[in-house]
Amino acid sequence: MYSAILFRTIFGKTMRKDPQARILHKQNWGDYFILALESPRITSEAHPGQFLMVRVGETSFPLLRRPFSIHAVQDNALEIFFQTTGLGTRQLSLKQEGDRLDILGPLGRGFNLDIEGSTPKAALVGGGRGIAPLYFLSESLRLQGVSATIYYGGRTVEDLPLRKKFLAAGYPLHCSTEDGSYGFKGLITDHLIQDLKQNPADRIYACGPDGMLKRLAEISQEYSIPAELSLEAIMGCGFGACWGCVHRLKKDQEIGWQKICEDGPVFPAEMIIWEKE
Amino acid sequence: MTHSDLSIDLGFCRLKNPVIAASGTFGYGTEFSRFFDLNRLGGFVVKGLYSTPRPGNPPPRLVETASGLINAIGLQGIGVKRFCQEILPQLQDLDTAVIINVCGSHEEEYAAVAEHLDGFEGIAAYELNVSCPNVSTGGSCPALDPEATHRIVSLVKKSCRRPLITKLSPNTGKIIEVAKSAEEAGSDAISLVNTFLAMAIDAKTRRPKLANVLGGLSGPAIKPIALRMVYQVAQEIRIPVIGMGGITTSEDVLEYMIAGASAVEVGTANFVDPEAIPLIIDELDVYCQTHNIERLASLTGTLAPL
Ligand SMILES: Cc1cc2nc3c(=O)[nH]c(=O)nc-3n(C[C@H](O)[C@H](O)[C@H](O)COP(=O)(O)OP(=O)(O)OC[C@H]3O[C@@H](n4cnc5c(N)ncnc54)[C@H](O)[C@@H]3O)c2cc1C
Ligand SMILES: Cc1cc2nc3c(=O)[nH]c(=O)nc-3n(C[C@H](O)[C@H](O)[C@H](O)COP(=O)(O)O)c2cc1C
Ligand code: FES
Repeated sequence: MYSAILFRTIFGKTMRKDPQARILHKQNWGDYFILALESPRITSEAHPGQFLMVRVGETSFPLLRRPFSIHAVQDNALEIFFQTTGLGTRQLSLKQEGDRLDILGPLGRGFNLDIEGSTPKAALVGGGRGIAPLYFLSESLRLQGVSATIYYGGRTVEDLPLRKKFLAAGYPLHCSTEDGSYGFKGLITDHLIQDLKQNPADRIYACGPDGMLKRLAEISQEYSIPAELSLEAIMGCGFGACWGCVHRLKKDQEIGWQKICEDGPVFPAEMIIWEKE
Repeated sequence: MTHSDLSIDLGFCRLKNPVIAASGTFGYGTEFSRFFDLNRLGGFVVKGLYSTPRPGNPPPRLVETASGLINAIGLQGIGVKRFCQEILPQLQDLDTAVIINVCGSHEEEYAAVAEHLDGFEGIAAYELNVSCPNVSTGGSCPALDPEATHRIVSLVKKSCRRPLITKLSPNTGKIIEVAKSAEEAGSDAISLVNTFLAMAIDAKTRRPKLANVLGGLSGPAIKPIALRMVYQVAQEIRIPVIGMGGITTSEDVLEYMIAGASAVEVGTANFVDPEAIPLIIDELDVYCQTHNIERLASLTGTLAPL
């Protein structure tokens, strides 16, 4: 089933609505949750870095769907990993096994898995809930023969609930916390720079807060390592109709506001224009 | 199963059913053909077009509020020329009413956009967006003023060959006067409402939630006010009224029709469910059958006394 994913064109435009995706299981650590959703067709078409738009309730409040990265795929199901930050994610966290969710997906354009080299190495950098898409990515890279090292940063140890999952799957894992409660004390980007010296990478993949991504874009330049970064924006629709989800991007030599739900959310670092703070 | 007659005659154009996708919420149409056959629609209005491409506003452009959405997209778009070259050919073979939302930053621009579109086939009508609150500061726009609306409608009417739907803004105390002046100036129909000027603030940071500070509110939150406006306007004019604001179900459509709308537009609901309109149309069909309504159009303006 994985090979089917890998041999599909990366930027396939298939997407569908599954109004009845059943929650197969649920996991929880503090503010963080995993829901596994049974949805055979969306699962079989998913590519790492793509996302779902999830309806969190049946009424008009909250109104819009919420975007979540595809965290993992297994057999007929895909997982989302999320942090409760507001009303929508809180409502979602109350769902139970057996409940059904209305989802749209797979949406957007994911990570490009083609890496040059005979034994390619990738550095996967996740900040907080930005770790979500990197598990699916690491599993797909492994099937391509790419060795992935995970860099996982958070404010405190509570923000690193997936560390055991990555270790159990056998990936080299480097953690950092800003308060020093676990792993390297400081920012994950500083940890990465330190580690790149002994453990060079041919590609950086990342998802997380803007500050982290911006720093990674600089690191990508300084160390001449191509980087693919997954951006976030408030999304009205997730499929190109509202023009709400824009970021400054350079496309065909032109700089402008581009929709990240269609052309992204993953972009090569050099395409992304960072606004002044 | 027999189907009821859902068709609507607007005079200048016949629709298969009363449900039209609203401008700015349906992209250029093609975004939705992945979800359903566009020919099922009564029609759709494409995103607003100016004579030249527009960059739009910086993000954040959207903020969700209680049962509503405030947007400040800033009418980003590819401009009418690229639209006619790249998008329109994909829409021309459709068997549904393709309506173009015509924008302008001044009167002549509206006319120029319509004239350019006149050179192409496959368009049912123009919807004049005299009401976009996003563009000019403070939300001022021609639709706030009966005279300004009259000038634009008569200018465009004179210079183009297609039927005109004038789309009104709710951000005025003179909506009836504006509607009447659009009718007088030769508009073939009125659509209302566009979004309500609105804002949202983050109390923790004291910052506005939209980069543009102000935006336009849409969605279920606006429905009762929009419905009232459709009701008031429909009583005062003779040309068809196309009602909108917060429609998400067939029941909402029926309310607008009873209030006086000949047809409706559905906006924000398309974001929540890309298949919202086909579902609403199916529900309307079921409604007509279970209530023995032969022609859905007969419901327009049938508010019963209490
Ligand atoms: C492509 C993409 C993938 C994402 N993947 C994940 C993921 O895997 N796990 C995860 O925990 N979070 C993810 N997010 C962020 C997640 O969508 C938001 O945290 C969530 O929408 C917040 O909803 P809320 O109702 O709890 O918060 P509220 O603040 O109440 O939401 C209000 C509105 O703002 C939007 N919004 C608020 N914060 C964000 C944000 N950071 N990004 C986008 N929209 C936001 C909401 O969707 C909603 O429309 C992703 C965002 C994007 C754009
Ligand atoms: C994101 C967004 C973009 C819009 N863009 C346009 C536009 O380009 N032209 C226009 O006339 N109306 C535009 N509108 C207004 C809608 O067409 C409609 O009048 C309004 O949203 C009310 O209907 P609703 O509550 O069903 O969304 C826009 C609305 C939204 C939410
Ligand atoms: S979220 Fe609507 S266009 Fe991207």
